[in-house]
Amino acid sequence: MELVLSQVIAGLSTGGIYACMALAIVMIYQAIDHLNFAQGEMAMFSTFIAWQLLHWGMPYWLTFVLTIAISFAGGVAIERVVFKPLKNAPVLSHIVVFIALFAILNSGAGFIWDYQIKNFPTPFGTTPLFGSTLISSHDAGMMSVTVILLLLLFVFFRYTRVGLAMRATAANPESARLVGVRVGWMIALGWGMAAAIGAVAGMMIAPVVFLEPNMMLSILLYGFAGAVVGGLTSPFGAVVGGFSVGVIENLAGTFIPYVGRELKLTIALALIVTVLTVRPSGLFGRVIVTRV
Amino acid sequence: MSRILLSARQLCAFYGATRVLHGLDFDIVEGGVTAFLGANGAGKTSTLRALSGMIETTGEISFGGQAVAGRSTEDLARLGIAHVPEGRGTFSRMTIEENLQLGAMARNGRAGIAADIDRVYSYFPRLRERARQQAGTMSGGEQQMLAIGRALMMRPKLMLLDEPSFGLAPLLVDEVYAILRKLKEDEGVSMLLVEQNAAAALALADQAYLIETGEIVMSGRAQDIGRDENIRRAYLGY
Repeated sequence: MELVLSQVIAGLSTGGIYACMALAIVMIYQAIDHLNFAQGEMAMFSTFIAWQLLHWGMPYWLTFVLTIAISFAGGVAIERVVFKPLKNAPVLSHIVVFIALFAILNSGAGFIWDYQIKNFPTPFGTTPLFGSTLISSHDAGMMSVTVILLLLLFVFFRYTRVGLAMRATAANPESARLVGVRVGWMIALGWGMAAAIGAVAGMMIAPVVFLEPNMMLSILLYGFAGAVVGGLTSPFGAVVGGFSVGVIENLAGTFIPYVGRELKLTIALALIVTVLTVRPSGLFGRVIVTRV
Repeated sequence: MSRILLSARQLCAFYGATRVLHGLDFDIVEGGVTAFLGANGAGKTSTLRALSGMIETTGEISFGGQAVAGRSTEDLARLGIAHVPEGRGTFSRMTIEENLQLGAMARNGRAGIAADIDRVYSYFPRLRERARQQAGTMSGGEQQMLAIGRALMMRPKLMLLDEPSFGLAPLLVDEVYAILRKLKEDEGVSMLLVEQNAAAALALADQAYLIETGEIVMSGRAQDIGRDENIRRAYLGY
């Protein structure tokens, strides 16, 4: 029993990473209706920017805020420069551009900051929490940041007019235009917010997995798994999904023979396939009820 | 007489390379109801889509004295054209109240918006009962009312109504038209109404245009057109 509990806690702490990433994925999916394959690389690039600022001697929390602001601007810029001209292009063109962005950001980061693995500091310290070796103060800090982020998003989408306009844009862009919503800017805002959330995720993840251009490859997959499990339409679901994926992979790794550490990623992929077959809208994604 | 709110000259519209409107000329009078009648595929919906910048057009459109051809849909909505689209454009996953809030998206002033929501509810009591319900779960008639309510929230100068009777039971058609009449009389909203249900539309409208394969074939006072048996037989089918 104690083993189960400790594995669940350990799973939650890695789950926090996935939850952060899943949240960023869902954000952009809401805004543009596509999965952004470059999401992880955007987060990685933001983290390198933070690393650079810290390297120049800027204090942590100032760096944190500034990196979020820069990433937000960067996200908006990517939408305006790259995706706005493609707005009537078929889905495949978007996917090609996502892959291009992925490659550009990945090799760009490698070119500027090289591929040597770097340490990234945590503001929460790394002492074991409550004397437990399973969860460190950084893990706890990361989980709290994820939850705070989720609350902020919830308030934004539920109670602000811009949030309402963004939801309308995602649900029915043509109708949104007809009531005067500036749909183009809402999409750009969605990109900016996704980039900013990605930056937070990156800065939280980097102390755990270390900073290097390929740090996000597997995390993006886990993030996708989390987002799919929770439902791509629900930020709350994404966070729950992210935590669940962390817990499930940990439990499976411990208790199912042969899975072990090596097959953990397989668990995430199997989860994606299972959820998509059994319950395509995810655990918390809304099934659309319509009467005509 | 009354001022002209919107006028179109030589208005053509295109879906890709296909021209669907072939040089329409028409005027919409302020405070009045203008009806566009015609069969399925005549170009009624395209006319509305052209007026709110949803498809490519050529020709001139002036609205409130401004040349507005080629302006974006968002801009036209902000200028005061409220388009109640075919299919009603419901935000089906949002609540009734949120749908109405969206109608006020281009406006400021919390108090004014709250008062307008209340006013919409007084026209459509059924919406008030369902304020927190998901809009997509309502019946077609209720969604039509919601769409009209959402348009009213924009405090529009001109409402474009695309077949408000579409898919509704006869009783509901009467109900919707009774409300439109009330809006016309109490609020003085100008409307451009597109309908296949000619009888209902002509009873409400002041002016009417008959449209056939993308061209206006006849225009006049709604009363006269409704009374003329030949026109009725040839174009309106009742």
